[in-house]
Amino acid sequence: MNERLPTGSGRQDDAQGRGGGRVGDGATGGVLPDGPPSWRLLSTLAVAGALAGLLLVLVFQATDPAIQAHRARVLAEAVHEVLGGPERYETLFLIDGRFTAEPGGADTTGLDRVYLGYGTDERPLGLAIEGGEPGFQDVIRLIFGYDPGTGRVLGMKVLESKETPGLGDKIEKDSAFVRIFRGARTPLFGVKRDRATGADGEVELITGATISSRAIVDIINHRVEELDVELRTFWDPRAAGGGAP
Amino acid sequence: MKTTTGREDLLRGVWRENPVLVQLLGLCPALAVTNTVANSLAMGLATFFVLMGSSLLVSSLKGVIPHEVRISAYILIIATFVTIADMVLAAVVPDIHKALGAFIALIVVNCMILGRQEAFASKRPVGRALLDAAGTGVGFVVAMLLMGTVREVLGNGSLLGVPVLGSGYEPWVVMILPPGGFFTLGFILLGFAWWRGRAEERPAVREWPHGVRTSTRKEAA
Repeated sequence: MNERLPTGSGRQDDAQGRGGGRVGDGATGGVLPDGPPSWRLLSTLAVAGALAGLLLVLVFQATDPAIQAHRARVLAEAVHEVLGGPERYETLFLIDGRFTAEPGGADTTGLDRVYLGYGTDERPLGLAIEGGEPGFQDVIRLIFGYDPGTGRVLGMKVLESKETPGLGDKIEKDSAFVRIFRGARTPLFGVKRDRATGADGEVELITGATISSRAIVDIINHRVEELDVELRTFWDPRAAGGGAP
Repeated sequence: MKTTTGREDLLRGVWRENPVLVQLLGLCPALAVTNTVANSLAMGLATFFVLMGSSLLVSSLKGVIPHEVRISAYILIIATFVTIADMVLAAVVPDIHKALGAFIALIVVNCMILGRQEAFASKRPVGRALLDAAGTGVGFVVAMLLMGTVREVLGNGSLLGVPVLGSGYEPWVVMILPPGGFFTLGFILLGFAWWRGRAEERPAVREWPHGVRTSTRKEAA
């Protein structure tokens, strides 16, 4: 029963080993046929795992700067677009119900954050706010510019969506739809094309992409509603001090 | 074990035993990410890289890996190369990486790759294993490009993002949606099987006047 084929065809080898084991059960008490000891199997996999881990750490370190740089570039472009071209912008973190630019050494991962854009002569233009909710296929993530003083949306850009190509992806590719959000007053409300009245804050939903386009409206409304108090506390003193933005 | 020449090892995977069109392996990426030529190509090249790397390591380590844990070891090796491909794609072509999404990570479970390790690379010298991996990898890229070209041209009227069918063409959106993947694969497999069937029906030897006989098969017996 200990006769083993050389490492030739795996299938034959397995069948042989198993058959041999069953026949010899009475005598050997179910001990597996001779092979390499377990420690050798374990150590082979452990060493291979360690080497693989080491290699991955090296590749990660080599590629991470490029990945982070790309992520930051995408975000900067998006903030720039939805705030109508600010001179510069800073990140504000929501800590204990207050927006602050200086987290004071606190761990900022996982904190809610918005981006405050300044125009020329340091005038605050508005805030860029990220949000995400399920659309038709998967979660749609977007960023929108918002002026807490007037309650108007300044612009909207989809960051991530897996909506149906040709239909649902019009939420980012249909420039007429994207333009509706510029200057629209919150709360927004979506209407189908034949019911459109032209009221302020009305968003004409895309035919064939009703669920996707309604999701955009909902994401913006929910985020504005969610952060309303915090946004006002942050914005009003600035607006009063520095003149209406 | 049938002996083969290096040339056979290389060419086998490209056409006669094409992983997708003949062996019907690796169908998941062939259906899921072939909606544009660029995505198909990126997926094909990532798989090619993983296949080459894994075959190289599996073949060079065949004396070291104990038979009992070989599958775990192969998966470990494949997963390492897939993760490398994933990170490199994210750093170099972020947009394509985003479009391919989870399917990069799923190269790990592409049975085409594990199949080549178990059936070939683990028993052959390194050179042969690399030839075999290159052939199979090229075969996969060819199949992916076939799918991607048909789907992007019909579904979007463009090739590599450049419009080719004019503005009067109304794209068949269904072709870039999942059903289009099944239609395209079905028709390509049908065409391929028909073509192969015809090739096999031809007589092996053709009789010419004056008693000249020539072989009609490319791969002479």
